[in-house]
Parts: sequence; C-alpha cells; structure tokens
Amino acid sequence: MTDTALRPRSTGRLMIIGFLSPTVILLLFMVAYPIFSLIYYSFHNFSALRPNEPMTWAGLDNYTYLLSDNDIWARFVFTGKFVFLCVSMQMIVGIFVGYQLQKTFRGRDVLFTALMLPMMLSPVVAGFLWRYMLNSEWGVVNYLLTVVGMDKVDWLGQSTAALWAAAVVDTWMWTPFIVLLATAAFRGIPETIYEAAEVDGASPAYLFFRITLPMSAPVLFIALILRLIDSFKQYDLFFALTGGGPGSSTETVSFAVAKTAFSYFYTGEASALAMILLCIIMGLAMILVRHLSKMGEHD
Amino acid sequence: MARIDLKNLSIHFGGFKAVDDVSLTVNDGEFAVYLGPSGCGKTTTLRAIAGLVSATSGDILFDGKRVNDLRPSERNIAMVFQFVSLYPHLSIAENIIFPLKARGVAKADIARKLDWVTGIFKLGDDLRRYPSALPPGARQKVALARAVIREPAALLLDEPLSAIDEQFREEMRWELGHLQRELGVTTIYVTHDQREAMSLADRIVLMNHSKIVQVAKPDTIFFQPSSVFAGQFIGSPSMNLIDLVPVSGGFRLGASEVVLTHAELPEAVIRNPRALKLGVRPRDVRLVSGAGHPLPVVDVFSVGREKYFAFRIGDTIHQGFDTLTDSTPGGVVFAPDGLMFFDAETGMRLETGRIAA
Repeated sequence: MTDTALRPRSTGRLMIIGFLSPTVILLLFMVAYPIFSLIYYSFHNFSALRPNEPMTWAGLDNYTYLLSDNDIWARFVFTGKFVFLCVSMQMIVGIFVGYQLQKTFRGRDVLFTALMLPMMLSPVVAGFLWRYMLNSEWGVVNYLLTVVGMDKVDWLGQSTAALWAAAVVDTWMWTPFIVLLATAAFRGIPETIYEAAEVDGASPAYLFFRITLPMSAPVLFIALILRLIDSFKQYDLFFALTGGGPGSSTETVSFAVAKTAFSYFYTGEASALAMILLCIIMGLAMILVRHLSKMGEHD
Repeated sequence: MARIDLKNLSIHFGGFKAVDDVSLTVNDGEFAVYLGPSGCGKTTTLRAIAGLVSATSGDILFDGKRVNDLRPSERNIAMVFQFVSLYPHLSIAENIIFPLKARGVAKADIARKLDWVTGIFKLGDDLRRYPSALPPGARQKVALARAVIREPAALLLDEPLSAIDEQFREEMRWELGHLQRELGVTTIYVTHDQREAMSLADRIVLMNHSKIVQVAKPDTIFFQPSSVFAGQFIGSPSMNLIDLVPVSGGFRLGASEVVLTHAELPEAVIRNPRALKLGVRPRDVRLVSGAGHPLPVVDVFSVGREKYFAFRIGDTIHQGFDTLTDSTPGGVVFAPDGLMFFDAETGMRLETGRIAA
C-alpha cells in the first residue's frame, strides 16, 4: 500500500525538477546575473566607457551622493505625481468603460477590439504620435482648441501641462488594459448574484459599489499593481513625448537612470539609482501582493 | 403577504413559447408548488413573477395590482435560487441583512430582525463565517434566511433543495414546510421532484409543454389525475398504462389473454365509444397466491420492506405490488378502486364517478 503510494510521488518529483530546470537556469542567467552585477557596480566607481580601467571600490558613495542630490529628489517627486495621476485616471476610466462593456450589445466585439488598439502600440510610437498631435503650432489638439474658440496651449513646453499631457497619453495607452481585465472580472460574476441582489432591492449604484466592485476587487487590484509598477518605471514615453523637458522637469527616475548611464556613462552611479528604484518597486509590490492575498481569503 | 394572480400569461423567447397562456391564482398564505419536467416553463413563470423576465402578454397581479412594469426590487418579493447565490465577499450576517441595508432600513431594526431570523434558522454560530466555509445545505439555509428577513409579500423558491445532499434535503424540506406554515407567507415553489411537491404543497400546479396541465391538492392530483401525463408524472413507481382492446363482453388487456369483463368495469367505460387506455398504479396491482390473472411475471424486487414485481403484457413491462408470502406461483389482481381510464387519443381521464382513496 505504502509502496504504491510512494512510487508515483518520487517520479513526480523528478518530473517536476526536469520540467522546471530549464526555466530556472534561464532565469538565473537573465535575472540573477544582471541584478548581482547591478549591485556590484553600484558599490564601485565604474564607467562603461572605460571598461578596461580597474574599478575602484566606492562603498556607499554612489548612494549618499544620489540621496543628497536635490535634483534626484525632484525626479522622485515628479515620478510620484505622474504615477498617481495616470494610474488613478486609468483605473477610474477603465472600470467605468469596462462596466459598460460587460453588457452584451450589438457591435460590442468590434468596439472592444478597437478600444484595445492603443495598448498594442510601442510607447515610443505613442509618444511621437502624441508629440505631433500636441505640437503647439500645428498639432491637431491645438487646432481643435482654436476651432472651438480657445487659445492655443503650449502642452509640452510648460512643466505642469507636460505632466498632464504625459499622464493623458499614458492613460490613453493603458486604459484598454484596465478595461480588458475589468470586463473579464465583471463578466465572471455569476448572473444569479446580480439577480439575487436585484430581487433583494439593490439599486444599480448599490449593486455596483457593494457587489460588482468588491467581488472583482482581486482582479482590479492585480491590474492596479501592474499599472503602478509599470508607470513607476516609465521611460520610453517621456523619451519620445517630451524628451524630459522642458528643462529636465519631466524626467522620471528611470529617465534619470538612462541619462546617467548612457549620456554621462556614470555606470556606478546609474546602477545605484537603479537599485534604489528596484527596492522601492519591490517594496511596493510586496505590500500590495500581501494585501491581495488577504483579499482573496473568502473566495 | 399577498395574493398573486396570473392572467393569460405568455412568455416567448424569440419563436419559442416558454410559457403559453397560463392563468392561475395563488391565494394569500398558500404554498403553491409548480411541478413539471425540465423545460416545461415552471421556472420561467416564477422568474416572471419575480420580474427577472418580462411577460410577452398577459398580466401579473399582486393583490389585484398589476406589477408587470415594476422592477424586481419594487415588487417586495424574495427569491431563493437553485444554485447558491450568496454574496461570497460578505459574511453570513452581512448576507442576511443585505436586503435590509439595500433598502436603507434603520440599524436598530436590522439588528432586531437579524436576531429573529438567526433564531429561526439556528444560524448563531455561523454569522461571522463566510459562505465558502459552509456546506451547500447550510448556504441554502442562509439564502432562505436572507429571503425571509424582509418579510416579503411572497416567497419564490426555484428548486432550492435540488443542489443539496439527499440526507440534508429531507431535513430542509421538513423545516421549509414548517416555516412556511408558521410565517404564513404566500409561497411559490418550483421543483421537478414530485415527492417534494407532494409533501410540501397546499396545491400542485402541474405544467408540461409550457402549459398548466392540472391544478389540484396533492391527494386529488394523485388519485384523480386529469390526464395520462399527470398520472404518470406523479407517483413512484410510475403508473402502468395498458391498452384496452374491446372484445365481446369486456376489454382485453393489450396483447395478453386477460379480459376485464363488463361486470368489473364502470358504466361510463362500457358506454364510451372511443379507444381507451387503462391506468393503474403499481400499488393497485397485486400478485396474490392462487387466484388472479395469469400474466407472465418477469422479475421480483424489493425496495426496503416493500416487494414489487414486474409483469409483461405484449412487449411492455409493467409493475405491481407483490403480496406473496411464500414462493407459490401467483396471479395478478387489479384493485377495482385503482382503475383509471384515459382517452387513448387525447390522454384525458374519463370521469367514472368512482374515486379511489
């Protein structure tokens, strides 16, 4: 009895190891190696421009320099503002549109596919596209403003307007992602639950806030986590849309990392900044994931 | 509490008539059970009363007032669904008080009513748990508590016990019947299980092919089924149906040699010019020692204390009740009171003036 019970288990373990090992080895090379070299560089004075020069130990110099630099703090503040703006817009618009799209109506599938298009674009493409549309002289957005009798706005030439412009473009691009997940979550709620709530006397608003939202909360929360992390790392959109300007007012932390690493070639300093960014994102993700697992307890 | 009237209710889905010209009155405080095979329109009728589907034509009236255009939330009805429909993200207590909170009832009233239903359903230990922690039977009990807490005008139950284990189902059935009598709430219950219908109903509404077949008390529908369908749908094992072939001096039973003489038959049957079928419940067909008709017995089986036998007429197997106490070969006897006669073409029962009971 015990014999037959044990045998499949041991072959099962072998199978598991066999199937997992390629992935694990690949992950070690693709994730572990870069991270360890990142940590290593961040404690050294090193420039990728002079790879043959011996590295000198810098201790925490890179970190202390960065954390005492007001300009770096400004990057974090800007990134925070951007993340807050675009993620909250995406979530609100995405949930609203997703709620409308969960209903079955004529042309729903076509509309749904069309709405997904912005997400398919590369951020750089989206950035350049909007850069042209937002051009203060000949962009279509300002043209439309003059048509309705308003003054032209220098969207990308003022820091506040540029922040909003970037947040709107990111929202334009990533709201479909929220719509996709929200629609799936809403459609996953059994019809009888809605019917029971309706018979129980729930108004449409009550239904939405007390049934639909809480029941799809885990999925929406995953969408939120993914968008938070992704927008926190945003670089390419700014590269194409504003080039970091005006001045360096729309440079995100990632932008600063790229600039330090590939314009100034301060590889050690860039590595330290990337480490700080990584720690913040991982900390954020861990808090959110812990909250998420608490959320799913009753399902 | 309310009286519910259905007047010429029809519900079509595209070209399909799910409910076809159904009229019925369910009295205040009555326990009415819609019974029928799946797809007969019973659940659709219930959903129309709840307001979850709209009537194609005809009226639904609560206490004489037309409610066709009211939303489900405005009808003051409560419903329990076949598959558990508790809100998984809310605790048992929150589930039960959901209808009150959704309607903005005062907190003190909510607490008082929660105490009341918790007492009735003995749910005290489970209030803080979540639906996923309870077995299906207990969840359905919570669904029932959620329905009752509002003191609705009518309680609509859509096969509430069908997804529950057999053992717990019996217990719930008994409790449900008891509760309904205690609360006196007008109740409409949908089921395809004739035993549930027989044990719970004040009146059974038997449906087939989108129409009402018969509306009667359980006893009446059992002893005086209006048609072959009613006779065969209710009762277990099912009613035997045997062709009657007119011969001189009586009727022969199908392809057998057995003849029921005119002396054994009611006047109405002898005078009837149309082709007839004999309906007789297995309980009214006895296998006795010595006497009786020599029909070939093909099988004997027992259900607990009761012994049944199967006999053959032509190619059809029929069932009867075995009363033999020893192994002597026996004959088949039909209880005169148990004989029912149906028009072979329309399936309607012939009134013979004789009632078995």
